[in-house]
Amino acid sequence: MTAHVLSDTRVLTARSLTHIVRSPDTIITTAVTPIALMLLFVYVFGGAIQTGGTESYIDYMLPGILLITIASGVAYTAYRLFLDLQGGIFQRFQSMPIARSSVLWGHVLTSLVANLVSVAIVIGVALIMGFRTGASVGAWLAVIGILVLFTLALTWIAVIAGLSAKTVDGASAFSYPLIFLPFISSAFVPTDSMPGPVAWFAENQPVTSIVDTTRALFAGQPVGTDIWVALAWLVGIMAVAFAFAMRIYRRKAA
Amino acid sequence: MTTATQPAAPRPGAPAVPAVRVQGVEKSFKDVHVLKGVDFDVEKGSIFALLGSNGAGKTTLVNILSTLLKADGGTATVQGFDVAESPGDVRRSISLTGQFAAVDEVLTGRENLVLVARLRHLEDPGRIADDLLARFSLTDAGDRRAATYSGGMRRRLDIAMSLIGDPPVIFLDEPTTGLDPQARIEVWQTVKALADGGTTVLLTTQYLDEAEQLADRIAILHEGVIIRNGTLAELKRLLPAAKVEYVEKQPSLEEVFLALVGEKTTKESR
Repeated sequence: MTAHVLSDTRVLTARSLTHIVRSPDTIITTAVTPIALMLLFVYVFGGAIQTGGTESYIDYMLPGILLITIASGVAYTAYRLFLDLQGGIFQRFQSMPIARSSVLWGHVLTSLVANLVSVAIVIGVALIMGFRTGASVGAWLAVIGILVLFTLALTWIAVIAGLSAKTVDGASAFSYPLIFLPFISSAFVPTDSMPGPVAWFAENQPVTSIVDTTRALFAGQPVGTDIWVALAWLVGIMAVAFAFAMRIYRRKAA
Repeated sequence: MTTATQPAAPRPGAPAVPAVRVQGVEKSFKDVHVLKGVDFDVEKGSIFALLGSNGAGKTTLVNILSTLLKADGGTATVQGFDVAESPGDVRRSISLTGQFAAVDEVLTGRENLVLVARLRHLEDPGRIADDLLARFSLTDAGDRRAATYSGGMRRRLDIAMSLIGDPPVIFLDEPTTGLDPQARIEVWQTVKALADGGTTVLLTTQYLDEAEQLADRIAILHEGVIIRNGTLAELKRLLPAAKVEYVEKQPSLEEVFLALVGEKTTKESR
């Protein structure tokens, strides 16, 4: 049955992408909150924030905003997966001779596409607001790679939430702490302005290394060791979330 | 790897293997012993009704037969394939129509059918979809989203999706629960037509009249075991009168309702 993994995944990805095309509001709402935050931080708080660098504030905070975009976007994956489970179509797929994992991969790849579209919208608005980057093609590819990894890692967490949720609200509640995490990081203000324990947490949680790497890539500066810390976090989170998700899925699917 | 939807036929001259064979199947959920050794056979091409009240374990049994759940004990085979040992072969032989219509509401009726045809790796999914839409009187609604369908239409689409690939065995879990009387009759007609075409149908129901209308053989699942298994005539002699009276109320109400709304009653098909 492994021969069908690709074709089944393609068919199921096309199915859930159709869902998104028919309700594009999921992409719009994903982009609206980060854009509002961006307006708020740049035009209201930004003037009072000292980042210690020469870059404009929007250049400083865009990486964090992009992570918030993805963190709120993956909630829809949990939501769609939960609805499939509730509606019985999940059972239909499970009782059909299709590659088992393709049901999940369809949702995961859809999440990737939807989130990258949302991210593109947010970057577009940022450009209008004055975001400028001297990033080379290579740096852009690195940024995209990091965002893809971040989306996949968070999407597998979303799969866990979608598979184990009891209610629709429960399916998307997991994303709130994820959306909040960038605020306690170097995303909006430098961590050295925070009190000791908070600064320690901010410096050692995954978002800071991811934000610092992305910021350096956008600024065309060397990324140093941050990129390795960021990649270790991303791959680690993805591997653990994937393993858990597959375990829950196998138990569900018997 | 072959993708044939029809498993190999039994050797000529060999005794016919039942389409479904359930032997000593047990299943518990935590402390609740739902199935305590269930046995029955379903003959090929017949309609077999599994009758039982809510919570009797009918859905659990159907889920075991359709490889969604693993039994704790006993064996079950579908078309000769063991559900635990060769779930892939079982899945190629069956179709499950669950208790809740498993259609994708965002997609149109036609897209739902095309989706299943693609997942079964069939050629010309579009033609298959159009044929089934016509067969189930859904052609006009084919390009509308399934979310706009009535309960009966949704159930018809659901069953149409189950027929794609011509699986020899079909499981229908409470196919008419929640449907209005007209829609129930539509489903009954569909099921009869299926069996006439040689498909084996195992359906679960809590309605005696449904079993009466459709089934060649009826088994009653009660407290985890099959307490009776026979033809309608055999069961009518066996069932305690009180039980019959309770369930018999439903068809008479239905007849009143159908008479009031001006539909032909089910009498003609009795």
